[in-house]
Amino acid sequence: MSARISATDVAKVARLARLDVTPAEIDLMTSQLDGMLEHFADVDLLDLADVTPMTQPFPLSNVFRADVVRPCLDREEVLAAAPAAQDGYFQVPPIGGEG
Amino acid sequence: MGAAHSHASDIAAAVRNGVTTATAVLEGHLASIAQREPEIHAFNLVLADQARECAATIDAQVAAGNDPGPLAGVTIALKDNMCTRGVPTTCSSKILEGWKPPYNATVVDTLAAAGAVIVGKTNLDEFAMGSSTENSAFGPTKNPHDTTRVPGGSSGGSAAAVAAGFSQIALGSDTGGSIRQPAAHCGVVGVKPTYGYVSRYGLVAFASSLDQIGPFTNSVADAALMLDVIGGHDPLDSTSIPQQHPSLTEAIQQGVEGLRIGRITDLPAGADPDVQERLEAAFDALRNAGATIVDVTVPAFTFGLTAYYLIAPAEASSNLARYDGVRYGMRVEAGDTNAMYGATRAAGFGEEVKRRIMLGTYALSAGYYDAYYGKALKVRRLIHDDFQRAYQDADVLLTPTSPTVAFKFGEKGDNPFTMYLCDTYTIPSNLAGHPGMSVPFGTGAHGMPVGVQVLAGTLQEPVMFRVGAALERAVAK
Repeated sequence: MSARISATDVAKVARLARLDVTPAEIDLMTSQLDGMLEHFADVDLLDLADVTPMTQPFPLSNVFRADVVRPCLDREEVLAAAPAAQDGYFQVPPIGGEG
Repeated sequence: MGAAHSHASDIAAAVRNGVTTATAVLEGHLASIAQREPEIHAFNLVLADQARECAATIDAQVAAGNDPGPLAGVTIALKDNMCTRGVPTTCSSKILEGWKPPYNATVVDTLAAAGAVIVGKTNLDEFAMGSSTENSAFGPTKNPHDTTRVPGGSSGGSAAAVAAGFSQIALGSDTGGSIRQPAAHCGVVGVKPTYGYVSRYGLVAFASSLDQIGPFTNSVADAALMLDVIGGHDPLDSTSIPQQHPSLTEAIQQGVEGLRIGRITDLPAGADPDVQERLEAAFDALRNAGATIVDVTVPAFTFGLTAYYLIAPAEASSNLARYDGVRYGMRVEAGDTNAMYGATRAAGFGEEVKRRIMLGTYALSAGYYDAYYGKALKVRRLIHDDFQRAYQDADVLLTPTSPTVAFKFGEKGDNPFTMYLCDTYTIPSNLAGHPGMSVPFGTGAHGMPVGVQVLAGTLQEPVMFRVGAALERAVAK
């Protein structure tokens, strides 16, 4: 059992990330993620109480284009790149948990 | 390689004046590709036919008395994470294999309008996550200086393409060092501009608050010309800086007399002695050219790696959620959507990409957000502010680009963090949003190229390029 992250945590995160993982992958990821989180403990040395989080290196706000109609991507060209399409729509299997 | 190269501006002038043709220039590069590409594997796709058509069109323009533009006939290789309409764009991932984008990245249109000839799409670590190209789903790229060694990464194919003469110039993307580190390892110039300097419309997103496009070139002048062409505001990229940038081609006409070059006295240790020796030689060269060396501290520099390895995976886990087998790329069929998502993503992503998606998802998940992602954003602020203080005393900072020369394939082993340490010196400027460039400065161990990194504050490209040009002049002596 790892100190910072458990195999149960990793399995849960894999579900959140929509990523199928094998039991062997869970074991490997548990030890590797734990190792990476261990490095992050360095940061606990810092006093961050009064520091403002930085989300953008070059802050710009309210970047909007003019609200006018202009050409967009061609629907047929876009759908041609999809794994499955029908009648102008993307086609998917039944919705998970509801179908 | 190592020999004197023509400048892109000279090539473009010769094509525009009819002294040579775009076709002749291109055929020279295609001959180099035919000769060495099987050994190097710089490209995921060589676009020989399309390039020949493009060159013929440029030659016809010149013949008709029209001007094809400032990059007339200049060959360019694109990292394969930049969208090209109707031409496969894979990010070196199985999940996008065969996908043909329905639009061009803005840089692709800009280059075409300037008369450049795109020769191919270059290999990278999958979704630009790595420092060696060993994470490519299509096999690694070899370093043209020694094919038993990596070219660096993630833009290793672009660096190798320029070093091997496959193209005059290449474009890469840099999220934590992915232009500068491979440039250093392959002995070419590599520039990551200020965040927002070059449009990222059509660059497949990895970590959106860090990614930036920049050039690989044989000379500082070529890099300046490239940024003069591709830099500037793009309404299609909401993070693009809405202003004109001053000419870097003009900036490099100035020397470095009176400039203050900062030495970071608390820089994290770990550079090999041969790399350190080249850095000291670079300080000496700039002092001899009339600059002053000043000591500065950037205390939070050392925390860059840890902050980056939470912020970048967190953003990546969000950006890569779009690869779900619905709109593009591959799909593994399954009985319902959740099963299809999980199976598609498991089959389509490689090991390193999965690791980062997992780490990022964890760092953003309920109960851990403040402890990890929130804290990393605060560390990012400290790094930015420490740099700002240093730039009050110094115009630029000089560091090694990479702690070592190019390493051998497989050398970094199974511990992911060992590979991450390659980016110790490059990551902090991505977090701050600042520009950085790697300039080849002689050779180190095993006769491999060493790069020196020049860092500067937001939009201080002109002074950074002046220093880069001075280093280039010094090493040419």
